[in-house]
Amino acid sequence: MERSLSFIEAICEATRQEMDIDPSVIVMGLGVDDPKAILGTTQGIAQRFGPDRIFDTPLSEDGMTGVAIGMALAGLRPIHVHTRMDFLLLAMNQLVNVAAKTHYMYGGQESVPLVVRAIIGKSWGQGAQHSQALYSYFMHIPGLKVVVPTTPYDAKGCLIEAIRDNNPVIFVEHRLLYFQKCPVPEQLYAIQPGKARVTVVGKDITLIGISYMQLECLRAQKYLEGVGISAEVIDPIWLSPLDITTIVNSVRKTKRLLVADNAWLTCGASAEIIAQVVESIQGTCDIQVKRMGFAYTPCPTTPALEDQFYPNARQVASEVHKMILPDAPLWIPDYRADLKAVEFKGPF
Amino acid sequence: MYEKLYKSLYKIRCVEKEIARVYPSDKIKSPIHLSIGQEAIAVGVCEALKKDDVIFGSYRGHAQYLAKGGDLNGMIAELYGKKTGCSKGKGGSMHLADVRHGVMGTSAIVGTTIANAVGYAYAMKYQQRDTVVVSFFGDGAVDEGVFHESLNFAALKKLPILFICENNGYAIHSPQLTRQVKDNITERAATYGVSAARIENNDVLEIFNFTKEAVEAMRIKKTGPVFLECKTYRWKEHVGPNEDYNLGYRSLREADIWMKNDQLPRIASMITEGTRLDIEAQVDLEISLAFQFAENSPFPDGNELFIDVMAGD
Repeated sequence: MERSLSFIEAICEATRQEMDIDPSVIVMGLGVDDPKAILGTTQGIAQRFGPDRIFDTPLSEDGMTGVAIGMALAGLRPIHVHTRMDFLLLAMNQLVNVAAKTHYMYGGQESVPLVVRAIIGKSWGQGAQHSQALYSYFMHIPGLKVVVPTTPYDAKGCLIEAIRDNNPVIFVEHRLLYFQKCPVPEQLYAIQPGKARVTVVGKDITLIGISYMQLECLRAQKYLEGVGISAEVIDPIWLSPLDITTIVNSVRKTKRLLVADNAWLTCGASAEIIAQVVESIQGTCDIQVKRMGFAYTPCPTTPALEDQFYPNARQVASEVHKMILPDAPLWIPDYRADLKAVEFKGPF
Repeated sequence: MYEKLYKSLYKIRCVEKEIARVYPSDKIKSPIHLSIGQEAIAVGVCEALKKDDVIFGSYRGHAQYLAKGGDLNGMIAELYGKKTGCSKGKGGSMHLADVRHGVMGTSAIVGTTIANAVGYAYAMKYQQRDTVVVSFFGDGAVDEGVFHESLNFAALKKLPILFICENNGYAIHSPQLTRQVKDNITERAATYGVSAARIENNDVLEIFNFTKEAVEAMRIKKTGPVFLECKTYRWKEHVGPNEDYNLGYRSLREADIWMKNDQLPRIASMITEGTRLDIEAQVDLEISLAFQFAENSPFPDGNELFIDVMAGD
């Protein structure tokens, strides 16, 4: 029988296995060795490897990111963990001015094999400074890789790839995906950067779901199936490098594209994907495009407003319906409890 | 030892003067922050290091790069933007590195490399190597948060790192006391649990002796980080080849004290004239060849633009 792991277990296993085979892999960050072990993603690592290889840090995001870079320059492979991506704003100088540029700026003499694990989530009332998915900031910067795995299988393979990569990699984890389960091989394997995955094959529209919105797109696909609309769903997995070819090939087929992002739209990943698709396809066929994401406001805390802030599967389905049948009356599917647990089944 | 100190001091002074001389020709394609007046610190420190010790520097990094043994041809070609530059023409004066000689790089963002040096020192301790790391920065970097975060962590983990604060009294044109309540950088460093000292007079021998003792203690007794503030003076303008005493933010009279305390003639007087002339002839030739090398080297091809954005396997 195939073994299933949760996203949490997959992250933890990848970390432990890479640390077993490579003594240069080090884990650092606020709380990485505490009893809660970053929601379980570093469970048992401290006991197995000791305080030189996994250590708690002072609350110094700027300085500690610089320290991680210095460790990487000396040949270590640090994994710097942040339980909230919002705190990376304190580390932007080191990530953008140093990590991303060192290899180029010194003519290839040095490299920075650094992994920055950044956890994002839905707010649940945590508000404006604990809810931001800032991956598009890093997509803007040459010299960085950005990955947003959505399945336990990809979480393990992408983390292994990120650790072995000789470049800085921003590894973004959505905590609403943490309890998803799917088959995950026990052995070590790496997921190639810059390769997207078609998660559902369809013909009427291409749905790109980034991070947690991949799950909502899979739900939307089910809602749409109920009204005879066939959606193709794609998980980009890596935002930088971005596999635009897989996306363009799909859009050439479906002639429609909706990008659902777990972030704001302005200058975001969705804007970038649509711009690249339009640049590739314009003049060869007519396509319709649409973006969905956070409302363009800071994230509020009351559930009454928070629900308005985040897009969901039913809204995605409704938008698709509108794109395909513009003259039909507005359609919003009835909530289906059976879609609450959309499992990732593979094969991958 | 005096011969080596003299050679390094003389070389840096002459390289900087030649850069200043050539600069108006516009052949140098990079802003320059000259080290003239501050050479004694880099020379005193680096002469006390081993070859495989490493340094991280500041944008005023020419002296640091050369004192540690960074390749002169590579440096001048880098300033000229040539393919043969130490950073292949992609770094310029503010991003000199020569990893083979332990020069890990410099940053245009003040204070940034302090944390990188600390991380490197963590790796040296973790790998049980006896390499010592030196972090050079100015009094301006002490204003930055990263300075304090870095000292705290270095002390916490007892890392083999020597912090060298080149205090020339100004951040661009802002005097230290318009930015800091007291002239007490050393005292503040000590509060982090770092052994800290200050040398007032740019004395290259004192700096050399201090460093020698500090790095030996770090290597043998694993004493952890040491901090040294060196008072010094920048003779030229903040950026560029000229003087700036006409601007009024500092006076030639203030500078005069430091110029009279120039370490170059002082160390020259400690060696024989014959030795001095030999050193000067050798260095003069080396510099002239380096500028010729830069002149004769090609610019990089256009397709070089996209090379080295990402590191390979």
